[in-house]
Amino acid sequence: MSQQSGILQQGATEERGENARMASFVGAVAVADLVKSTLGPKGMDKILQSMGRGQEVTITNDGATILKSIYVDNPAAKVLVDISKVQDDEVGDGTTSVVVFAGELLREAEQLVNQKVHPMTIIAGYREACDCARSVLESISFNHQADPVLFRADLLNIAKTTLSSKILTVDKEHFANLAVDAILRLKGSGNLEAIHVIKKTGGTLQESFLDEGFILDKKIGVGQPKRIEDARILVANTPMDTDKIKIYGARVRVDSMAKVADIEAAEKEKMRAKVRKIIDHGINCFINRQLIYNLPEEMFADAGVMAIEHADFDGIERLALVLGGEIVSTFDDPETVKLGRCKMIEEIMIGEDRLIHFSGVALGEACTIVLRGASTHILDEAERSLHDALCVLKETVADARVVFGGGWPEIRMAKAVEELASRTPGKKAMAMEAFARALRALPTTICDNAGLDSAEIVANLKAAHGADADSRMGVDVVRGEAGDMAELGIYESFRVRQQVLLSGTEASEIILRVDDIIKCAPRRRG
Amino acid sequence: MSLAFDEYGRPFIILREQERKSRVKGIEAVKASIMAAKTVARTLRSSLGPKGMDKMLQSPDGDVTITNDGATILEMMEVENQIGKLMVELSKSQDHEIGDGTTGVVVLAGALLEHAESLLDMGMHPLRIAEGYEMACKVATENLDKIKTRFEFSRDDIEPLVKTCMTTLSSKVVGRLKLQMAEICVKAVLAVADLERRDVNLDLIKVEGKVGGKMEDTRLVEGIVIDKEFSHPQMPKELSDVKVAILTCPFEPPKPKTKHKVDIDTVEKFEALRDAERTYFTDMVQRCKDSGAQLVICQWGFDDEANHLLMHQDLPAVRWVGGVEIELLAMATGARIVPRFEELSQDKLGFAGSVKEVGFGTTKDKMLVIEGCPNLKAVTIFVRGGNRMVLDEIKRSLHDAICVARNLVRDNAIVYGGGAAEISCALAVEEEADKVTGVEHYAMRAFSDALQAVPLALAENSGLPPIESLTAVKKRQLEESNPYLGIDCNDVGTNDMRAQNVFETVIGKKQQLFLATQVCKMILKIDDVIKPSEFE
Repeated sequence: MSQQSGILQQGATEERGENARMASFVGAVAVADLVKSTLGPKGMDKILQSMGRGQEVTITNDGATILKSIYVDNPAAKVLVDISKVQDDEVGDGTTSVVVFAGELLREAEQLVNQKVHPMTIIAGYREACDCARSVLESISFNHQADPVLFRADLLNIAKTTLSSKILTVDKEHFANLAVDAILRLKGSGNLEAIHVIKKTGGTLQESFLDEGFILDKKIGVGQPKRIEDARILVANTPMDTDKIKIYGARVRVDSMAKVADIEAAEKEKMRAKVRKIIDHGINCFINRQLIYNLPEEMFADAGVMAIEHADFDGIERLALVLGGEIVSTFDDPETVKLGRCKMIEEIMIGEDRLIHFSGVALGEACTIVLRGASTHILDEAERSLHDALCVLKETVADARVVFGGGWPEIRMAKAVEELASRTPGKKAMAMEAFARALRALPTTICDNAGLDSAEIVANLKAAHGADADSRMGVDVVRGEAGDMAELGIYESFRVRQQVLLSGTEASEIILRVDDIIKCAPRRRG
Repeated sequence: MSLAFDEYGRPFIILREQERKSRVKGIEAVKASIMAAKTVARTLRSSLGPKGMDKMLQSPDGDVTITNDGATILEMMEVENQIGKLMVELSKSQDHEIGDGTTGVVVLAGALLEHAESLLDMGMHPLRIAEGYEMACKVATENLDKIKTRFEFSRDDIEPLVKTCMTTLSSKVVGRLKLQMAEICVKAVLAVADLERRDVNLDLIKVEGKVGGKMEDTRLVEGIVIDKEFSHPQMPKELSDVKVAILTCPFEPPKPKTKHKVDIDTVEKFEALRDAERTYFTDMVQRCKDSGAQLVICQWGFDDEANHLLMHQDLPAVRWVGGVEIELLAMATGARIVPRFEELSQDKLGFAGSVKEVGFGTTKDKMLVIEGCPNLKAVTIFVRGGNRMVLDEIKRSLHDAICVARNLVRDNAIVYGGGAAEISCALAVEEEADKVTGVEHYAMRAFSDALQAVPLALAENSGLPPIESLTAVKKRQLEESNPYLGIDCNDVGTNDMRAQNVFETVIGKKQQLFLATQVCKMILKIDDVIKPSEFE
């Protein structure tokens, strides 16, 4: 129940104490339940229809994408949406897990509050449990960075695990290899910008490929060479339509037609001079961020220079990075300009589109992944999945620690937290037990989503871990039982799991601390 | 509404549109005001103390803020009632003056008014109550001077300062990391403090944040962090030992302020203008280069051509740097802010030990970290946090802690927290009240009761039985005449606040008492509220 206090602005509402807490629990748990069914390898997708014109449809099971697109009014729900967004920005994967985990923590907290445990006590218990779980997670992680073969196998397994919950699951072998190859090319620099993803409808997902060069989705000007070997490339950002005089207030005022013609000629001459200067750099390929008009294009064609216009800003930066040239805007000093180089530029066909392919580029890190698929929806989802996989791999390259997947770390952490709870006096212990239950909810959800008997499997897992402290049992979704995660090759990145643990606890703590919600009157829109 | 009538029974119109205005008069007006003030105070009451709860505020645009900082809550509540607004102002002025205790002051004012209400019911004149409060306030502040202790610290021994900051932070979301955060705050304050003059310029401490990472990653940068990147993607990302030029003129063709036109009517003129334009750019860049600058920081934008020329001349540059940041940079690097290229010269350059572009997470966010400046007096606290709400709350908490540290540098007298000072003052006022005859006697007693509302709320928020804990502490204070006993909010097991290291500054406490009493007096003096009718 919300009350009008008469002190606040009209239309504003205030909710206090139990009501406020109830409102935030309900909101947060609702959001968690919304994405819950997408968790795990057998998670389902959601259709999102945009409100704007065209009512575009997105089909995804990426937690962050779903939550970003839905409109929530409940303030507590917004906290969860935010947390999943941050998870996406920071580590790129685990966006669903973090929301489900925070939701479970709050669900448990709600019951504790009903049992008259003070929220601050719950928070204290959660904090200690979180510290304990984190140290367990650190101790059970392993690191194979020293051995390149094993490390690659780890990366491959991580990529497969990430992709298995997405649309790419059928071809996960193929895409995992693709992603790992792309990441290993970066040689640990972690610069995802060097990996360019191009989507082209047509063909099947299986036909997607990794290209070791750089592919630019642009066309080569008319009448210019379609294939250049040993290219010297000038990457530029300069107007090649009409080169205006930039001095403010300049304008043309003439008193006769002849003079207009003269000035037009002068203008053309200016452009010609510019093109000549550019050609004087000794180049055979010119790439500009801005438009190139017909006149300069023709001049470039005459000189046998390939001219590519309108490479957008990201494209130009990436190109400059890949080709090792500088982005040029003035052309008076040809000797000192660093030209980009590559072995070969050619026009290639993918589906029915023509693209420009740069191979043998200076920066060996760069590569392009071309995605093929039956429809734009599939391609969009494939790109998101691949992005997730690439992000996780990047994080793993930076921090090579790895844990098993399939709920294995959660079961281990839950066990340790429960042991801690049994040693802790006071009401805090109840909160710790609740924390352990919330941890176990993740494997339970994975089972539920796969249509398995979650209670049975999770109990079996618990027993297996109880009997053997080094057990590697986790949820084997395919066979529907507890299975050895090492044999199944289900691996996850340590960073992702740690971030899920920390962010989930932090979010639930923030929501628990609230005992009063004040909503201001919505701004009137004229 | 009461009306006056002339001999023919027609009403006198005294106020314009009298019939449409609502009016409350006399004791009713005072009571209505008290009611409003109490409502505001009640909202804040549960946020007091280390176990105080947070409030979730949704702005008119739907953004969510979660905080337990009194001033922030009140500011964002959009209080409509005039008396309510007074309370908001009260909290704000405490925030401006002291920076901490913003919740406490409102709770105290609310309690004072609540007790005034029952005195009004006894038939006392509002102004007599106010006078009694004034007298009591004087007694209480004198008592604060009696029980205050000095505490010593120096640049090498920051431990006492850290402990005080920890008290402030323990009630906030950063409670888990209060030691680390407190150290950061104290180091920041001491870095910019002028211990001789006992002055701290808070403008030199910049709190910058970026969503993501862990709270643990928060750190103190001995320099400046700006949310910008180098103007050209191919400029070097890391520089060391550079001379910095700070410009407030754009790398663009000149734009005279007076309206003008350049007419082109011949080909020669066209070409002349073209050349002029080109030389203009080369000149600009050349001037920077000639002055010996190795890094250009500019308040305005760059033209594409100028940008490339800069890159070409190995002159890394940063564009669109905000005015405040420009000033900070100038202070830190010792550079002069140059408004015109012609005035650029070697002696106007500053120096920076290292300039780095740092990227975060999977997004392309980048920031510039400038360190090793000759004038170490500018520092930045770089905050990381799980999400935007946490980040904002950490920033607010750090601000409070910084203010506390500053107050201690200004005046190192302290009293003990946890309600200890309030209880001690309450006892002193009670004692004094017995010596006074007349109406003020009751007012002073009411003041004493109101003071106890703070420890009462503390105990209640911490889940302790409020009345039992308060009376127990009060009794011990009386028996042992020990003003350091307070409410044991954190369940440590001792009531001695010296052992728990919970203290607050004397200026902060005094300010709370003064401000709360003043607002009370002001509200009690209102006996007529005339409100215009609502807008149709």
